Amino acid sequence: MASPNTYRGGPDERGRFGAYGGRYVAETLMPLVLELERAYAAAKADPGFAAELGYYLENYVGRPSPLFFAERLTRQFGGAKIYLKREDLNHTGAHKINNTMGQILLARRMGKRRIIAETGAGQHGVATATVCALFDMPCVVYMGATDIERQKPNVFRMKLLGAEVRPVTSGTATLKDALNEALRDWVANVEDTFYIIGTVAGPHPYPAMVRDFQCVIGEEVRRQMRQAEGRLPDTLVACIGGGSNAMGLFHPFLDEPSVRMVGVEAAGLGLETGKHAASLTGGSPGVLHGNKTYLLQTEDGQIVDAHSISAGLDYPGIGPEHAWLFDQKRVEYVAVTDRAALEAFRLCTRLEGIIPALESAHALAHAAELAPRLPKDNLLVVNLSGRGDKDIDTVAKALGVAP
Amino acid sequence: MSAGDAADRIERRFAELKSAGRAGLVAYLTCGDPDAATFERLLAALPAAGADLVEVGMPFSDPMADGPSIQAAGLRALRSGMTLARTLDIVGRFRARDAATPIVLMGYYNPIFRYGVARFLDAAKKAGVDGLIIVDLPPEHDDELCLPALAKGLAFIRLATPTTDDRRLPAVLKHTAGFIYYVAIAGITGTKAADAGSVTQAVARLRRQSRLPVAVGFGIRTPEQAAAVARVADAAVVGSALVDEVSAHLDGAGTARPDLVDAVLRRVRALAEGVRGARRG
Ligand SMILES: Cc1ncc(COP(=O)(O)O)c(C=O)c1O
Repeated sequence: MASPNTYRGGPDERGRFGAYGGRYVAETLMPLVLELERAYAAAKADPGFAAELGYYLENYVGRPSPLFFAERLTRQFGGAKIYLKREDLNHTGAHKINNTMGQILLARRMGKRRIIAETGAGQHGVATATVCALFDMPCVVYMGATDIERQKPNVFRMKLLGAEVRPVTSGTATLKDALNEALRDWVANVEDTFYIIGTVAGPHPYPAMVRDFQCVIGEEVRRQMRQAEGRLPDTLVACIGGGSNAMGLFHPFLDEPSVRMVGVEAAGLGLETGKHAASLTGGSPGVLHGNKTYLLQTEDGQIVDAHSISAGLDYPGIGPEHAWLFDQKRVEYVAVTDRAALEAFRLCTRLEGIIPALESAHALAHAAELAPRLPKDNLLVVNLSGRGDKDIDTVAKALGVAP
Repeated sequence: MSAGDAADRIERRFAELKSAGRAGLVAYLTCGDPDAATFERLLAALPAAGADLVEVGMPFSDPMADGPSIQAAGLRALRSGMTLARTLDIVGRFRARDAATPIVLMGYYNPIFRYGVARFLDAAKKAGVDGLIIVDLPPEHDDELCLPALAKGLAFIRLATPTTDDRRLPAVLKHTAGFIYYVAIAGITGTKAADAGSVTQAVARLRRQSRLPVAVGFGIRTPEQAAAVARVADAAVVGSALVDEVSAHLDGAGTARPDLVDAVLRRVRALAEGVRGARRG
């Protein structure tokens, strides 16, 4: 395929990025999905919406988040100049709130009265419960029973914020099943409910809408890097669960040919073991959760469970725009094991005094691989998508120590 | 739109029902639930028990429009080793013995997409499948499976729902063949029942826009509920209630008890009586 003259033009009017994306949902949901598309288009065209969102991002979320020159990591890796985009410093501790703030403001404009969400690690659930508390909306968060067990602090946080956390025991009781259950709730409560999806997946317009809300990350990096170094960054690295923090960082730079981008999937115990969450590097195209994209699945088209030490990367799919960028070869995609992520987690904590989320540690681990092979004037940005306080029990267990 | 000879089996069946002056019973079971052999015995006996059409569920790991009953049925079937290829084999063996009862495959797109659309349509046609209900393929994606299926002579049966407004209905009906499946509630399978008044209105609305037979499903569990639907629609679809009968006759290890087949067929007979008696007296 010839390379398009812009990589930022998608999706088309049918919600497609090349062969990916679309609206593969039950008829009951179609009118709602179309209504959402119209409402989002109207909000996007209204400067009042941008102003309102900007106000809350600045005064409530705490944006812009810093772009921090990580001197000790730079020295340790011995190559490219490492910058950290500090999404961990946002209110609630991750990039997820950039999106939930955008979506809840849209829900309010649409006159919706009830919010539902799915969550894996609990970060998106917390970010949703937070904005629901702020705007006094009832909130139901679906979470796999397995994830509830391994992310207890976030479950309690959501409850404190007033959300109802509904355990999902269907299927394999993980994030994919939580998404199914949220879709089932939506089908049964079409009149008053707004579904806040947590990543760049789902039926159109979600992948484009969530991307737009997360693009604040890349837009800030562009400004901040110009201020710090007077030019564009050379290399961008971000972890990929569904792909929202990566898309938010990459998208504003897609049409800058000099900028290299690397998305880092979770290789779990190793791609060869089959126990991983690498939909692009270890999966194949299929249709799930309203969109066509790369999935982890059997020969017979049954979805298989992902595995990663990081609950936020533990998803057997990936946003459709990433699937397209993968096929186009505009973005490189690699996978990093649990073990390498743990090592990067330790390193960042010790050298920079920053405890990264295990998700973000995957991006750091790949930066550690990449940086030594790059010249010293290469400007490499790692998206530090979240902070790691939520992960300390998991890390203690993996290292075989008491927390 | 006509879908050639396979839709003829559906057309013929609804014509027979019409001349008999009654509505039909559409029975749904998930293929391979609880195991392939038990399912095949059930399938073979459904027509004699009173099922006028049969919907065969293609199990999928992530059935987003189904409630707990049919979700569990799908997982039982997958655990017992059911696949799309084996589902088509089972339908083929049924068709060799029964040339009259229409078979509609119901499920989700991903297993078909993986199998390959052209290869799937060939195999389905050869097995004697008459129609497809694919929950997650709205008219916006007609080019992927609906139009190729129609070209092959397989009916693509669309779901119309309470949220399908008048503006959208023509698009939903455009390439629908065989019959229209009206989903009586905004919700998933196996939950609440619809009230008779709203179903009557909805069927009347569909009849104003299409000459196809209208089947109504979701939430129908008892002979009385089936009879109420049979008074206004051309067929009543019963799924979760039959699947629940399957799950109620499993032993602790999840295998079929000897009385499972009889229990399910008894339920089908009772529902068929409800449907057949609806417009009498
Ligand atoms: C800190 C953090 N980073 C990354 C992710 C992965 O999501 P995405 O790929 O959509 O950014 C999550 C998901 O929970 C997360 O909590």
